[in-house]
Amino acid sequence: MLDTLVAALRSLLPHDSVITDPVRLRTYECDGLTYHRATPGVVVLPGTAEQVARVVRLCNDFGVPFVARGSGTGLSGGALPREDGVLIVTSKMRAILEIDLANRRAVVEPGVTNLAITEAVRDRGYYYAPDPSSQQVCSIGGNVAENSGGAHCLKYGFTVNHVEACEIVTPDGDLVTLDRMDPGYDLLGAFVGSEGTLGIATKVTVRLSRAPEAVTTVLAAFESIEQGGQAVSAIVSAGIVPAAIEMMDALSIEAAEAAVACRYPEGAGAVLIVELDGPEAEVERQFAQLEEICSGAFELRVAAGPAERAAIWKGRKSAFAAVGRISPAYIVQDGVVPRTSLPSVLAAIDRLSAEHGIRVANVFHAGDGNLHPLVLFDDAEPGAGERAEVVSGAILDLCIEHGGSITGEHGVGVDKSRYMPRMFSEADLDTMQLVRCAFDPQGLSNPGKVFPTPRLCGEVPGVRKGVHPLVESGRAEQF
Amino acid sequence: MDPKLINDCVHCGFCLPTCPTYVLWGEEMDSPRGRIHLMSQHVEGTPITPEMAGHFDACLGCMACVTACPSGVKYDRLIELTRVEVEREHVRDPQERAVRGIVFSLFPYPRRLRLLRPTLGLTGRMARFLTRVHPSLGAMAGLAPRVERRQRLPRVVRARGERRAVVGMLTGCVQREFFPQVNAATARVLALEGCDVVVPPDQGCCGALSVHSGCDDQARRLARRTVRTFEQAGVDTVVVNAAGCGSSMKEYAELIGREPGFEVRDLSEFLTELGPVAKRHPLPLTVAYHDACHLAHAQGVRAQPRELLSGIPDLEVREIPESAICCGSAGTYNIFQPQAARDLGDRKAAAVRTTGAELLVSANPGCTMQIAAAMRRAGAHIRVAHTAEVLDASLRGVTL
Repeated sequence: MLDTLVAALRSLLPHDSVITDPVRLRTYECDGLTYHRATPGVVVLPGTAEQVARVVRLCNDFGVPFVARGSGTGLSGGALPREDGVLIVTSKMRAILEIDLANRRAVVEPGVTNLAITEAVRDRGYYYAPDPSSQQVCSIGGNVAENSGGAHCLKYGFTVNHVEACEIVTPDGDLVTLDRMDPGYDLLGAFVGSEGTLGIATKVTVRLSRAPEAVTTVLAAFESIEQGGQAVSAIVSAGIVPAAIEMMDALSIEAAEAAVACRYPEGAGAVLIVELDGPEAEVERQFAQLEEICSGAFELRVAAGPAERAAIWKGRKSAFAAVGRISPAYIVQDGVVPRTSLPSVLAAIDRLSAEHGIRVANVFHAGDGNLHPLVLFDDAEPGAGERAEVVSGAILDLCIEHGGSITGEHGVGVDKSRYMPRMFSEADLDTMQLVRCAFDPQGLSNPGKVFPTPRLCGEVPGVRKGVHPLVESGRAEQF
Repeated sequence: MDPKLINDCVHCGFCLPTCPTYVLWGEEMDSPRGRIHLMSQHVEGTPITPEMAGHFDACLGCMACVTACPSGVKYDRLIELTRVEVEREHVRDPQERAVRGIVFSLFPYPRRLRLLRPTLGLTGRMARFLTRVHPSLGAMAGLAPRVERRQRLPRVVRARGERRAVVGMLTGCVQREFFPQVNAATARVLALEGCDVVVPPDQGCCGALSVHSGCDDQARRLARRTVRTFEQAGVDTVVVNAAGCGSSMKEYAELIGREPGFEVRDLSEFLTELGPVAKRHPLPLTVAYHDACHLAHAQGVRAQPRELLSGIPDLEVREIPESAICCGSAGTYNIFQPQAARDLGDRKAAAVRTTGAELLVSANPGCTMQIAAAMRRAGAHIRVAHTAEVLDASLRGVTL
C-alpha cells in the first residue's frame, strides 16, 4: 500500500522532498519527547500549501494515516510518526509572507519559527507575544497545533489569543481558511490546540503586539520554595498582573548554572523571576509594591538593561535542556494546579521524590500555576526509568486531585492520552470524539493522539454498546 | 566513538536554527540533532551508508550548534571522531577521492602552495574549464585571491620601545603563501605593542585542515611537528592570526596526548589581554566585522576583535545580521561542497551589503576569500582586510 503511495508522492513533489531511505527516516522517529519512537513509513517535505493538500488527498485515496511535524520540539509526542503512515514536515515552508503593521498582523508559513516573527518586526517596536522557551526553534505551525504558551502568557494569553486566521488543509484534503471574524461557530478556536487531529495549518495570520513602553525584570532569591510560593500568591492578590512570574527551585538553578552560567544568587532555595511591563508610570508603581511584597527575599536583583534582562531569562529558558547537565535522562512533566495549592502540591511532590528515590527539579510558570517538574533518572540504572514514570504519573494525579489539569501547554499528544480518562468522563470523551469526527471522518489525521484508544469514526465511540445519547436524541449525527 | 558523548543530546532542537545546512535545506538529517541521531545509529551497528556519509560531509563544522546547545553536547568532538570513521569505512567514488587527494597533499604544505602562486593569475580564465573537470576544482579557482608580493619575516622581530612580552607566531599555510601582508601586519602590530616576535622559519602546517576532515594520522603528524618547533623556539605563548588554526592548536593536548609547552592565543585575544600602549591614529572608515566560526564558536572570541577595532579613533564598527551563521568557507568545505558553500556565501554577502560598510574585516583567510568571491558574484565589491591589517594601519598612521 505504502509503496504505491510513495510512487504517487514522488510524481507530486520534487525528488529530494520525499524521504524513504531507512537511515534518513529514522532521524524523524521522535520529536522533543524521545521516550516514544516510531520510524515513519515515508517523510515528505512539501514547499507549498497546495502540495500539502495534495499529499493529504493522496493519503485519503489510499486510506493511509498522516502526521504533521514542524521543528520537532514538542514535549508530548504530538508529532510521533506512524510506521504505516506519512509524516508531513513543514520545515521547508518558512517564508514570512506579509507584515501589515497598520493592522498589526503578519502572515507566515507554518515552518517559520516563533522568534523569527518577533525578529522581523522588533526594530519597528512590535513583537509576537507568546514565547515558549523553545521560541528560537519551535515553528508557528506547531504552536498553533499545541496552543503553545510561554512565560508571558500570564498577562497576554496563549497562542489562541494571538492567531487571527489560519489557512488549513482539512483531514480530507480541502484547503480552507478559518478566520476569527467569521460569523457562526468559532472553528478557529476549535482548530488551535487540536494537536494535528483536525488538519494541518499551512498559513497563519498572527497578531503583532506593540512592545511595552517600560519593562522591569526582577530576580528575587528566597531561602525556601514555600517563601517563593507565598510571594507569588501575595503578588497576584495585590492586584498586580505581571507579564510573567516564573519560579525555579534549587535543583533546576543548579542545572541552569552549569549550562549557561546564569549567576543566580548563591544558596537560593528558590528564585522568582517577575517581569512587569506596560506604561512607565504603571510599572514604577507596581515595582514599588513588588519590592514590599518580596521583602522576605534575601536578594532582589533588578535588570539594568536589555543585556541583564536577557541574562536573567537565559537561565530560565534553557532550564529544560540544561537538566541534561545534571542527569543522564529526565522526563519533563507539565501540569496545572490552582495557584493557592502550589505549596501543598510542591510538598507532596517532595514526598513522592523521597519515597521513590527519584530527584525532581521544579521549574514553573508560577503565576498561572503551570508546573514543569523535571523528573530525573539514570537510564543506565535498571528500573529507574519505570520509577520515574511512576513519579511523573503520580504528579499528574496530584494535579487532578487539586482541581487542576494534566497539561498546561505541552499538549496531550501520545504521552498523556492515557491520563485523559482520569480527568474526563466517558461522556466527555465521546463528545470530543464527535467534534473530531466532524473534521476527520476517516480518522487519518494524527490518529492515536489525544484520545486514550484510537477509535474510528463511524464506530460507536468508547466501550458503550449502542448509540451515543446525542445521536439517539437526534441532536448529533454520526458520520 | 563514546556513546556517552551522544547521550548528552536531549533532542531539544535548539541547535537547528543555528545550523547553516538546516537553514538552507530545512531537513532533519542535515541538522546537528539529526546528525547526532545518525551517529547513534552507527554506534548501534548501522554501517555508514553513502547517504549517511553525505550528511556528515555536508556539516561545515562551524560549531554554531556548540554555542547554542544548552545541554553541553560536545558536537565538535563528535563530528571529528565521526569524520575519522567515515574516512576509515566509507569508500568514496574515484573522482571525489582524486580531488580530496589533491587538496590534502597541497594545502597543508606551504612550499607546494608556493608553486601555485604564479598560476593564480590565470584561474579566472580557467575557472569554467576546471568546473567542467570537477565542480570542486572550479570552486577552488573561483576563490583564488590576488596574491601580494611575498614577504619573508625575519626569525625575530624586536619589540619597539619597552619589551612587554616574548611570543611565538604561527605563519600558517594559506595565510603565509596567499596573504603574506597579513602576517607582516601581525608581526608589526605585536612589535609596536612591545612584543619580541619569534617566527621559527621551519614551521609547517598546524594540522587544522586535516583534523577537520578526519585525516587523523596526518593531523597528528603535523601537530607534533608544530609543537616541537615552538617548544624549541622557547616561547610560552604562540599567537595565531588564523581562526581555524588557533582553534585546532588549542585542542592539541587531546590530539597528541600531552600538553604542549606553550599557550595558544588568538591575536585579538592576546592583544586585549596585554592591553594597548601604542598610539592609535584615526582611520575614518565604516567596518563590518565578520565572526569567523572558529573564532566565535570554537574559541568564544567575539568581544575582543570588536573592542580592538572600536578602539581606533574615527572607525565605526557595524554588526552583520545573522552573524552567527557560517559564510560557507569552513576550511575545505567550499572546495568539497561547492554548491552549499556558494548558497551560504551569497546569503552572507547579502547580509554584509545591508550594513553599507566600506570594509569587511575578519580574522580568517578562508572567510575573507569566500565572502569576497560571493560579493564579486553579486557585483558588489567590498574591500576586505584582516583585523591585524586594520590595527597595523592605525598604529603606523597610514591609510588602509
